[in-house]
Amino acid sequence: MNKEKINKYSYWKANLKIVSILLSIWFISSFGAGIIFSDFLDKIKIGGFELGFWFAQQGSIIIFVLLIVIYCFLMNRLDKKFEVSED
Amino acid sequence: MDVQLLTYIIVGAAFALYIAIALWSRASSTGEFYVAGGGVHPIANGMATAADWMSAASFISMAGIISFMGRDGSVYLMGWTGGYVLLALLLAPYLRKFGKFTVPDFIGDRYYSNIARLVAVICLIFISFTYIAGQMRGVGIVFSRFLEVDINTGVIIGMAIVFIYAVLGGMKGITYTQVAQYCVLIFAYMVPAIFISILMTGNPIPQLGFGSKLLTEDIYLLDKLNLVLNDIGFNSYTDFSKSKIDIFCITAALMIGTAGLPHVIVRFFTVPRVKDARTSAGWALLFIAILYLTAPAVSSFARLNFINTVDNTAYTDTPNWFKNWEDIGLISWTDKNKDGIIQYRSGNALEKNKPQFTSERGQYNQRLVLNNPTSNTNEIYIDRDIMVLANPEIAKLPNWVIALVAAGALAAALSTAAGLLLVISSAVSHDLMKKTLKPSITEKQELLLARLSAATAIIIAGIFGIYPPAFVAQVVAFAFGLAAASIFPAIVMGIFSKRMNQYGAISGMLSGLIFTATYIVFFKFISPEYNTSEYWLFGISPEGIGVIGMAINFLVAIIISSITKPPPIEVYEIVDNIRMPGENKW
Repeated sequence: MNKEKINKYSYWKANLKIVSILLSIWFISSFGAGIIFSDFLDKIKIGGFELGFWFAQQGSIIIFVLLIVIYCFLMNRLDKKFEVSED
Repeated sequence: MDVQLLTYIIVGAAFALYIAIALWSRASSTGEFYVAGGGVHPIANGMATAADWMSAASFISMAGIISFMGRDGSVYLMGWTGGYVLLALLLAPYLRKFGKFTVPDFIGDRYYSNIARLVAVICLIFISFTYIAGQMRGVGIVFSRFLEVDINTGVIIGMAIVFIYAVLGGMKGITYTQVAQYCVLIFAYMVPAIFISILMTGNPIPQLGFGSKLLTEDIYLLDKLNLVLNDIGFNSYTDFSKSKIDIFCITAALMIGTAGLPHVIVRFFTVPRVKDARTSAGWALLFIAILYLTAPAVSSFARLNFINTVDNTAYTDTPNWFKNWEDIGLISWTDKNKDGIIQYRSGNALEKNKPQFTSERGQYNQRLVLNNPTSNTNEIYIDRDIMVLANPEIAKLPNWVIALVAAGALAAALSTAAGLLLVISSAVSHDLMKKTLKPSITEKQELLLARLSAATAIIIAGIFGIYPPAFVAQVVAFAFGLAAASIFPAIVMGIFSKRMNQYGAISGMLSGLIFTATYIVFFKFISPEYNTSEYWLFGISPEGIGVIGMAINFLVAIIISSITKPPPIEVYEIVDNIRMPGENKW
């Protein structure tokens, strides 16, 4: 394989890895904590919030925002590493 | 100053601002008309996306719906925000790199087929018109309620304003007015929320006030709300009442649907670089999250406030706002036990639920209705929408706050309507005419055509607003279900699978579309009497069925593409190109 192909391949692989890790967190924080495990989490109470309820109405949304921020950071780093950055 | 005059001043000033921006940012090429020339700053695009996304329904209805659904309302909170993660990670950067004007552009080029393009255009037009009918109605309602003009006059004024900046400015005009509209709507949403949070819990941050103790009693607000609701026969606010599988599927359908909505996707064509598309999705979600994190707090405040004020109060002692909203027809009281005191309990107070008012007044001067009372003890009908609209009055806030809420609701409705109109007009002038039927037209002709189709779409939307089809509320599930079952999988596979070919994509889109549409039409229109969980497939309601439609789309597409011939080599090159930002120097 020539250098071009190796680069293309490893950039895409690294990209897929970032996306799949972040999407797992996305799934766990919303469908997991907010719905599937919510009965269990509801037993824990923080202030006036049952934890499962908090995840469903507040926590998951906050995590969504953070996930995109982390994604931007990781991808910008990846772009620099592979010298495909647009700057 | 009285509310009426203040509302005219604030709404008038906001409209003048939108028109000034429109005149300043006229579009002079198709590139500017469709994607604002691709030069929008990521923060500006984030704000515009947020305004585009948050419709009259998000602003006016969502908090009210959650207020009555309690925990089940979480499906809207997670469903209408989580899609942005999918958008940022799976779609936006690649579509930006692709660098054309519309969603059907991508589908048509990637699947080297005008049939695929056409299927995408049909899905897009259907989704967008479904959505826009509700927006124009929202504009009409706000006008009639706060400015005391006729609903139809309200719709026509709204159409005229959108006409000016959508037809003149195209995407460029829309983007910069949306930035202004976001500022208006978020300010209008936050001010009453902060005031109410302070009044009830002493905490100025609604998201924290929501989890705090009440000022009047040593008990957490949510615990108090559960107690009060249980007392009068409702389920606890913080418990699910739908089945978990249904909650799961509705949330997923809304998330995936969001990521597949053309008017949202197209916003990411307007930023200069791939990097900006990613950043911009982050800004958009942050701006959206400010409202979505506040809404559930407002819901719980409003519900508790409403019960405290209304239940067990003599009708003659109710505050003015109660009678005002009764006059408008969004509250009704039927004195079932003839004691002159309001009892608010669970269940519908009236047969057929919605009150049909007569012109007569009862012994306490309450409005009388034609409906027969139901056999339960509930005496109150309340429309969910008033939870946000009446909040400032319920919490006794100053008049300028009430005027601000009117301006905010209008900003929310107009910004969404404009975004949808643009998607419709570009689908007609670009995808249908330029790319399919008449490729010989010049850029100048195409631009004229784009303006004409935007104008036509505004008129059709206005007619929907004036004569709302009875099924508007019913078909919202359609827009999300169809986007999830058709457009989303086609784009994702186009990026993540090189092997996916036109046969797979087209058969996938059609089978997802037909399955989802059939299921929704059957339960919503043909046999609504069967629309209960025992008849649903796996217990999934029509609102959540788009997820199954999406799975069918993926499955059919993968099977069909694996037994037909692979796409031509140019398509492999397109996919390689969009997977990587920057110029491909390798």
